[in-house]
Amino acid sequence: MKAIYGLYGDGQSAQQAVNRLRAVGVTDREIVVISAQPMEEFEFGHMDSKTRIWWIACLGGLIGMATAFGLAWLTEMSWPINVGGLPVFAWWPNLIIIFELTMLGAILATVITLVVTAGLGRRSGVYDPAVSDGKILVGVENPTESRVRDLESALSAITGAQVKAI
Amino acid sequence: MNQISHQRINSDLLRPLFQTSWRFYLLVGLFGSVVLIALVAWLSQAYFGFGITGIRWPIYWGFYVTNFVFWIGISHAGTLISAILRLVDAGWRRPVTRCAEVITVFALMIGALFPIIHLGRPWLAFWLFPYPSERLIWPNFRSPLVWDFFAINTYLTGSVLFLFLPMIPDFAVVRDKATGLRKRIYGVLALGWRGTPKQWHRLESAMSIMAVAIVPVAVSVHTIVSFDFSMAPVPMWQTTIFGPYFVAGAIFSGIAGLLIAMALLRRFLHLQEYLLPIHFQNLGKLLLVMALLWGYFVFNERLVTYYGNEPSEMAVFWRTQRESFAPLYWTMVIGNFVLPVVLMGIKYFRTITGCVIASIGVIVGMWLERFLIIVPSLGHKYLPYTFATYRPQPVEIIIAIATFAAMTLLYVLFAKFVPIISIWELKTGGPSERMGPTRQHSSVGPVLLDRPRD
Repeated sequence: MKAIYGLYGDGQSAQQAVNRLRAVGVTDREIVVISAQPMEEFEFGHMDSKTRIWWIACLGGLIGMATAFGLAWLTEMSWPINVGGLPVFAWWPNLIIIFELTMLGAILATVITLVVTAGLGRRSGVYDPAVSDGKILVGVENPTESRVRDLESALSAITGAQVKAI
Repeated sequence: MNQISHQRINSDLLRPLFQTSWRFYLLVGLFGSVVLIALVAWLSQAYFGFGITGIRWPIYWGFYVTNFVFWIGISHAGTLISAILRLVDAGWRRPVTRCAEVITVFALMIGALFPIIHLGRPWLAFWLFPYPSERLIWPNFRSPLVWDFFAINTYLTGSVLFLFLPMIPDFAVVRDKATGLRKRIYGVLALGWRGTPKQWHRLESAMSIMAVAIVPVAVSVHTIVSFDFSMAPVPMWQTTIFGPYFVAGAIFSGIAGLLIAMALLRRFLHLQEYLLPIHFQNLGKLLLVMALLWGYFVFNERLVTYYGNEPSEMAVFWRTQRESFAPLYWTMVIGNFVLPVVLMGIKYFRTITGCVIASIGVIVGMWLERFLIIVPSLGHKYLPYTFATYRPQPVEIIIAIATFAAMTLLYVLFAKFVPIISIWELKTGGPSERMGPTRQHSSVGPVLLDRPRD
């Protein structure tokens, strides 16, 4: 994989680099930003932030709820036991099982969604270990030969930038 | 935060992972030996049978169920406290959350062992799982013990994930700093984490959902543990107050456990610049609130029983107030109420040392509370033929002591292999948030951070 990127010491410089990349015609989808912590105070920190994770968690909860209801119904009807005069399928105690599995469903759905949508466990793209020391990486993966010079000048225009090409 | 601060945080918090002192081996050897002794004790119990314990009719729940309830209570330290602080966006939580979440996971693991230790034939523990046996008999879903199975497993699964997810970016930091085999192992654990805005957003959204989900689950777990008692027709057990009383007690003992763990970490891992006195003061205030709440619940429970004047309940009442169990009862009151209220209520004593002393009192008091709920009631039920005494035998005492050794051992091992303070959250917060609300508005906050503190 080819990439050209700059390393910046603070969010302000990284934001300027992102803006300069946009100015030379790079789309947000093509821009790669990597930081050691969330950068929500900067505009680039909100790129690609739309997510349906809350809805998927609710769906997971509903699946958990249906599973618990089915499990309780199936087990109690399969082997009816008289316990203290309670109905064979007693709602009050079953609500506990239903609640727990609803929450478990929501939790598992959340984690699965995180893993899938954040691309965890997959082969990753451009990265520089300097990010761990507080540098912010801004760059473009697989740039076309004709754009390399423009990208390099855009990324290096910010004071203190370390531009690298791989 | 500037680059130097990032490097400093990395080097301070990764130091225990890359440098191993003789103290680590000493602690592992010491606590590992205690755990091994307990394993032998448990195996001997499985071999010789329950005759070697003090558990016999009518007191079937002795030390083991006391330990079960106690450790499930301690588990409320982490995930619940961390989730609440995360939801209210308390900036000072950042250095504290992982220390707390780890306690939850290990305490739950230890607590969940006790229903198995408490079985005469532990190899049949799977009978509790919700699947039909060869005779098509399903577990009874109206039994609180089956509710325990669902509640504890949900909480354990949620807590492990709640602990693991924010560790992923920190594993990436370790991966970047390590070499050789260690780099490969942490590379696998980091799951290819890079730190793109998309990944940060998804992680924070996931953590918010987990926090929302885990709070009611945590409350439900200890309520359901209380149902193990309050669903049974035993004097002083069948009361509606047990649910909130148990939850409050669990959070109370959890905060105490967290304070002790933080003080030890601060001292032995040299984290004086991260676990600040303000964190102890804030948690100390929470401990005070919970001590008052505990006192309120005990007063309610006792007063209603006293006014009810039901003979079998009053027999248990007086056994604990002024007869054979009175020394334990009043030790519990001193540990759970007098000590924390005095030490945490007076600002002068709300120091790190004060917090630790109060917390030790609370840990002792809460263990005694669980014991005093179980044994006096089971030993004095409605009819005289059920009256009995309970004397714990060496096997039970060894296993009880070993749980504390197991907790310490697991904690030491965790702190050796994982940054015990969340690196990325610390970097996110910046100096002012780490100082906590008191310092946050102080103009000298960031300057103070650079000086070592007590």
